[in-house]
Amino acid sequence: MAGIVGYGAHLPRHRIKVEEIAKVWGADAPSYKKGLMLREKSVPPPDMDTITLSVEASKRALARAEMVDPADIGAIYIGSESHPYAVKPSGTVVAEAIGATPHIHCADFEFACKAGSEAMYVALSHVEAKQMKYALAIAADTSQGAPSDALEFSAAAGAGAFIMGTDNLIAECLDTHSYMTDTPDFWRREHQFYPQHGGRFTGEEAYFAHTLGASKALLGKAGMKAKDFAYATFHQPNGKFPQKVAFMLGFTQEQIDPGWLAPTLGNTYSGASPIGLTATLDVAKPGDLIFMCSYGSGAGSDAFIWKVTDRINEVRDKAVHTRKLLSENVIYVDYGTYAKYRRKIRKND
Amino acid sequence: MTMFSSRNWREYQHRYRLEASKFKKSGKTYFPKRTVDPETGDTEQEIVKLPDEGKIVTYTVIRVAPSKFADMAPYALAIAELTDGTRLMAQVTDCDVEQVKIGMDVRVEFRRIQDEGHHGVLSYGYKFVPKWF
Repeated sequence: MAGIVGYGAHLPRHRIKVEEIAKVWGADAPSYKKGLMLREKSVPPPDMDTITLSVEASKRALARAEMVDPADIGAIYIGSESHPYAVKPSGTVVAEAIGATPHIHCADFEFACKAGSEAMYVALSHVEAKQMKYALAIAADTSQGAPSDALEFSAAAGAGAFIMGTDNLIAECLDTHSYMTDTPDFWRREHQFYPQHGGRFTGEEAYFAHTLGASKALLGKAGMKAKDFAYATFHQPNGKFPQKVAFMLGFTQEQIDPGWLAPTLGNTYSGASPIGLTATLDVAKPGDLIFMCSYGSGAGSDAFIWKVTDRINEVRDKAVHTRKLLSENVIYVDYGTYAKYRRKIRKND
Repeated sequence: MTMFSSRNWREYQHRYRLEASKFKKSGKTYFPKRTVDPETGDTEQEIVKLPDEGKIVTYTVIRVAPSKFADMAPYALAIAELTDGTRLMAQVTDCDVEQVKIGMDVRVEFRRIQDEGHHGVLSYGYKFVPKWF
């Protein structure tokens, strides 16, 4: 049986409120806050990127997996749409920083917002097939939204890391299902700084069709219903979509609450449902079932069923909880600082 | 002020993993690593990883920064004594310079240090952040 041996998250401390962005572009903040169900989002400072977020999240995953020698990690996969380099892997830096080089397989994954769950899926498959003892999957992004675009109100940063293995599990993976079609709802062409999206087309035909497709197929395959689960976490492009899709599948607000981070975190893209899973594991009890479904534009969803083991109680407090990172000691920035941090201001080289 | 990528590569053991030399005879830890203990002449050592928490023992504020760090100014450069007694110098980040104090608890975090322009290699390493959990 394969599953999670250790998990960790990392978030920037900086936040920007919806009102601060709306003020600059003449947008109506209350209608954005209501429409997106989102009040503020995380902002990475200039010395933080997908690689640094991944390193810190991985260190926390290792802290919760004391038996894991980094040298025994056979693969490292980072799913992101904001790898700092176009050509040069992010994973090599992370592997070097945690001491997992040189006998290790490494690849960076891309698939809009589901690159992180892809990394988790492949890492799980490796350990399940006994090709290696442990595999590290990381979901991280420092996503960009074009100035004044609706995405600018939500595009945020964060990382979740998971060490997969077959012993000392804290959550066993009972089953998975992936659902994918060619749906052009959101994209970024090469050399373009900001992504483009299909507006309302990103909803029903894209997010909902794929999230429901993967979720219903997995629930059917497992012979389970929403009420069988203690918790559920979905991709969170805003606060509204994951709540709506959860209700459509029969989940309740109480089931999604621990992992429903978007209202104050924003959309962490590849990180969204994986970071939601870290926050859910922070409160889960042994025996709990957790449903997880990612969504990535382009488009596809990966769904997982996790069963929490007794070991969760031993490791939960060995690293900082995700909700603590989300809600305590935050630093609010104005739009000018945010624009500088996100390199939106054109300067001379 | 550019950090050449080859030099940076040679220093990963220090910059990425905080590896230090702990000498057998004196029990002293040196960072960055040394081949010989300057006090005893001892060459027998083990590689240890420095702890990632400490306290600021002194600092200075940089207001007119070198070009590679101009966007970060003003910022504090601090020497912190880590929990094993080793002292380390690094930039203090996620913190207004007015908040930096001698005795402040800090945590070592992996951050981007500088880049070789828009086209060059990115350099990563350690910085201090205020310890709040």
